[in-house]
Amino acid sequence: MIWNKTIECRDREEMRELQSKRLCETVNRVYYNVPFYRNKMQELGVYPEDIEGIDDIVKLPFTTKQDLRDNYPFGIFASPMQDIVRVHASSGTTGKPTVVGYTRKDITTWSEIVARTLNFAGVSKDDFIQIAYGYGLFTGGLGLHYGGERLGATVVPISGGNTEKQIQLMQDFKTSVIACTPSYALYLAEAMQERGVDPKSLNLKVGIFGAEPWTEAMRENIEESFGIKAYDIYGLSEIMGPGVACECEAKAGLHINEDHFIPEIIDPNTLEQLPEGQKGELVFTTVTKEGLPLLRYRTRDLTSLNYEKCECGRTLVRMNKCTGRSDDMLIIRGVNVFPSQIESALLKINEVLPHYMLEVDRINNLDVLSVLVEVDPVFFSDKIKELEKLNKRIKKAIVDVIGINANVKLVEPKTLGRTEGKSKRVVDKRIIQ
Amino acid sequence: MIAKQLSVFLENKSGRLYEVMEILEKENINIVALSVADTTEYGILRMVVSDPEKALKALKDNLFSVGLTDIVCICIPNEVGSFSKASKYLSEEEISIEYMYAFALNDKALAVLRTENNEKCIEVLTNKGIEVVSADKLKKI
Ligand SMILES: [Zn+2]
Repeated sequence: MIWNKTIECRDREEMRELQSKRLCETVNRVYYNVPFYRNKMQELGVYPEDIEGIDDIVKLPFTTKQDLRDNYPFGIFASPMQDIVRVHASSGTTGKPTVVGYTRKDITTWSEIVARTLNFAGVSKDDFIQIAYGYGLFTGGLGLHYGGERLGATVVPISGGNTEKQIQLMQDFKTSVIACTPSYALYLAEAMQERGVDPKSLNLKVGIFGAEPWTEAMRENIEESFGIKAYDIYGLSEIMGPGVACECEAKAGLHINEDHFIPEIIDPNTLEQLPEGQKGELVFTTVTKEGLPLLRYRTRDLTSLNYEKCECGRTLVRMNKCTGRSDDMLIIRGVNVFPSQIESALLKINEVLPHYMLEVDRINNLDVLSVLVEVDPVFFSDKIKELEKLNKRIKKAIVDVIGINANVKLVEPKTLGRTEGKSKRVVDKRIIQ
Repeated sequence: MIAKQLSVFLENKSGRLYEVMEILEKENINIVALSVADTTEYGILRMVVSDPEKALKALKDNLFSVGLTDIVCICIPNEVGSFSKASKYLSEEEISIEYMYAFALNDKALAVLRTENNEKCIEVLTNKGIEVVSADKLKKI
């Protein structure tokens, strides 16, 4: 069963025509409604009439997360605020958050694409979906929620955490689909075993997992623990939220809803578009959004595209699982963390040197962040009590900035690697693939 | 009477202790007393040495995180109850010991004490007839 056959199995040439038409509409929309884009295009000497189809997309300017911050909160919106019915925002722990807005039509589109992606994973109106993604300003919970309802399934909006209740409802409601981060799924499996509940005894069939990078090994682990099929869902709030792309039952890449979002792969250094199959930075242009249409938004995620028809019958382009980032952002337990945030926290503490190293690992299915910090000899204390106090202060400064706990390890001065240029600040031990 | 102790921050990595010893040996510095306090990730090496200032400089030059701390060193008879007495005097005056390390050989025992009030500690113990070893004398042990 395919939710929207005319779109999902469309002939490639016809898809390009549809994208071309919608791209032109979007370019007009942003040129005439958003001064930010009008200025950017004028600087490049590009005008709406220069964009005749999808091949002209390379003439358009890029958009970055920084552009959204610089125009905080609503500066890039293309609809008047009366037409905006919902806003979501990133946590914005460093300075300004990024705010995204949706018109009524945008919410309908979003629900539609999430319904479609749930259907990729074999979910139908007969299913009971437990949504254990966070609700609120984060797009995960509400995005899945509206999509589940649009599909006609029964939605349990339990949100994240509250593990006892999650387990109880799964048992009592005979939940058939769980949607959460992959690491929370593994945490749930363990919590069940500790309570003597066999995860396989539940009625779960399918898991929709996203919001953080995960490996094939994790997929196997989750599938085995629960006896379910686990699918990767991809999205980012700037583009829409969850449902921008999702795996189908073939599990051979994530189908992108490209009638709404045109993907490109670029070389992050030269910004040149790369040919099909080559790995680079994923860039999206939204072509149906009203509230916040974005041209060539740089996701910083590294992947490649595959236009081959899928064995599921869909012709929608597929992106491979993301293998990393073109910037230094880390996703730790679903939270975006930049090394510069840790640096700003450390700068407030006199007793440590501004040299640090971040290590990320996955231990017992949970991301664990360790921050190695050099102790300044000037403030050195020979009392362990004092050093432990210092350790606690550093921990607190970090959690205040990034919102998650880190292990702090004090190390000897001048032991963390430093080079003339950019020092390597991050060691990510969670191997993707 | 207050003596200086050398404290070195050491990560728990093999070979680090040896590096410190090697540097002190090169500088011809003798170690009178030594203790290592450790946690899972790091340790603090505490030493009474023949020339604390020279040792401090040598270790600093070699990029160690190192400092000097005031301590009191006492010398008591190596017999039952003598340390019990010393600790009783300190407790009566409510002087708490932050850390200490001790060693006995033949008829004498030496204890290195770090207290919250070293001056008062010396005063109390001297008044009670307990020998406090002077910094100068310590160097020559
Ligand atoms: Zn497919």
